[in-house]
Amino acid sequence: MTLLAQQLVLGLLIGGLYGLAAAGLSLVFGVMRVLNVAHGELIMLGGYGAFWLATLLGIDPFASLALVIPGALLLGAALYWSLFGFVVRAPEETRVKNSLLIGFGLALALHALAVRLWTADERSIPTSYAGAVLTLGDVSIPLVRLATLVLALVLIGALQLLLSRWRWGKAIRATAEDWQAALLTGIDVRRAYLLAFALGTALAGAAGALVTVAYSVSPSIGLEWTLKALIVVVLAGLGSMAGTFVGGLVLGVAEAASAATFGGPYREIVGLVIFVIVLVVRPRGLFGR
Amino acid sequence: MTGAGTERRWGIAILAALGLLALLPLARPREDVLNFAFLVLLSITLAESWNILAGYAGQVNLGHAAFFGLGALVTRTLWSAGIPVLLAMAAGAATATVFALAIGAAAFRLRGAYFAIGTLALGEILRTTVGNVLPEISTLPARTIASYRLTQRYYLALVLAGISVIVVAALATSRAGLGMRAIREDEEAAEASGVGALSLKLLALALSTALAGLAGGLFAFYHISYYPAHPFGPQWTFDALLMTFIGGVGTLQGPVLGAVLYVTLKEYLALRWVDIHLLIFGALFVAIVLLLPGGLVQAAERARALLGGARRPA
Repeated sequence: MTLLAQQLVLGLLIGGLYGLAAAGLSLVFGVMRVLNVAHGELIMLGGYGAFWLATLLGIDPFASLALVIPGALLLGAALYWSLFGFVVRAPEETRVKNSLLIGFGLALALHALAVRLWTADERSIPTSYAGAVLTLGDVSIPLVRLATLVLALVLIGALQLLLSRWRWGKAIRATAEDWQAALLTGIDVRRAYLLAFALGTALAGAAGALVTVAYSVSPSIGLEWTLKALIVVVLAGLGSMAGTFVGGLVLGVAEAASAATFGGPYREIVGLVIFVIVLVVRPRGLFGR
Repeated sequence: MTGAGTERRWGIAILAALGLLALLPLARPREDVLNFAFLVLLSITLAESWNILAGYAGQVNLGHAAFFGLGALVTRTLWSAGIPVLLAMAAGAATATVFALAIGAAAFRLRGAYFAIGTLALGEILRTTVGNVLPEISTLPARTIASYRLTQRYYLALVLAGISVIVVAALATSRAGLGMRAIREDEEAAEASGVGALSLKLLALALSTALAGLAGGLFAFYHISYYPAHPFGPQWTFDALLMTFIGGVGTLQGPVLGAVLYVTLKEYLALRWVDIHLLIFGALFVAIVLLLPGGLVQAAERARALLGGARRPA
């Protein structure tokens, strides 16, 4: 019983990061109708950003978020200008398909690049406080993971605030709702796209840094995290960042429960099965609002 | 873009080239040369199999490795149990096809990108499950290794590549192939003009997965030892996709040219830098999707038009 409770708590803790990973993907897909399957690779790059800052400059991984997030923002803008900005000119069907293919090529290239830069080994960031735990009854909560959950919540809350209060945040939401109507009311739709993609990449970078400090990073985590983010987006739908965060928690707990029932190696399958079922039952409505 | 005449001419040219390759073992080449030719031929089958569904019927299958893997798994299991390898390969292909058709009706409710990510998830489910159920490496018994003949594998690969080219050529020039291309361009419009979209998509899926299953069976026949989950890995899907797009998706000759170029560069680059080929091909792939969606075939057409070959309308 204790073991189950412990596993569920750990599932909840990683679920926060699933939510954060999905938030960026959801923002980009909702606004641009661009499905970036290289999202997991962007998370991976954020993780190595934090890893480099920690090992080369000795910067604390949590403090490094202050550098990783702006860096990812710029990377997102660069990717928009060089690649995804060309895709949004196409009609919606072609747009989704081409973005999928481009993301796919980008994922391959980034993976190969990461293997060259950092080798295929798994890396993590050792900290002095890595072993700290909070004990509640029989359940122990690793403090670092708890901190990543809280930070994920803070970042998603900040995004929600940006989208609801900031002038350009409203423009982004209007574009997501109906880009033609947004264009007619004088919104610079291209700039809204650029901002959405840059913000999505920044969230991916932050998620990557948190994944690396609480768990580990390797060049091959990309596909896994893309799938997690996709599953959460399918579960939670588009449009509500709070819903996305909750969706992440649900996936984390569902994984923990299935790992406890069927054994650890089956952890990955439950989410994928949920994903396929939702897709088949609601073939178009899954990303609907 | 390309008429039936072009495909027929290319079909004959490719089959003639394959015919010449049949003479290769007679020249008693070095073993690595024969292995290289084998890889090219296996890649041609894999790329053409993906091309049928994506290139002609317009359905991007990101879980193609699942069918390659199923073919490998069934072939290896039956062959190890003493069943003749050709029969085992047929059973492998049949398993892949039956599985594909069983999920096909549900999968084809998904359109465009949704089909792509749905199949991606499906491929990962199979890979994880096989990895969990069969974690041990599969190695041929010593008796079989002693009687291992590379030439045998080579000729089988040659025949399979020939079959895949014939299947695609026949499809491309057939009424069904025409219907598939109509679906690719606009599914609603195709249905409105009397094309049975679902049955044609299922036909494309069946042909595509049968060839992928055969290619997987060949893989199982060729390799002395491998992890059973390995042929289910997403890199097989990636390879098929890259080769097809580099050559020219939706053409007969594109995947063949793509396979030759891809395997050659991969082997050449791997000698110097491990894995760098994926960096280069990933970038090349992105450039092709953005700038030259028809791949090498389209590049050649443009070059010919520039050189004045445009007098004869295609």
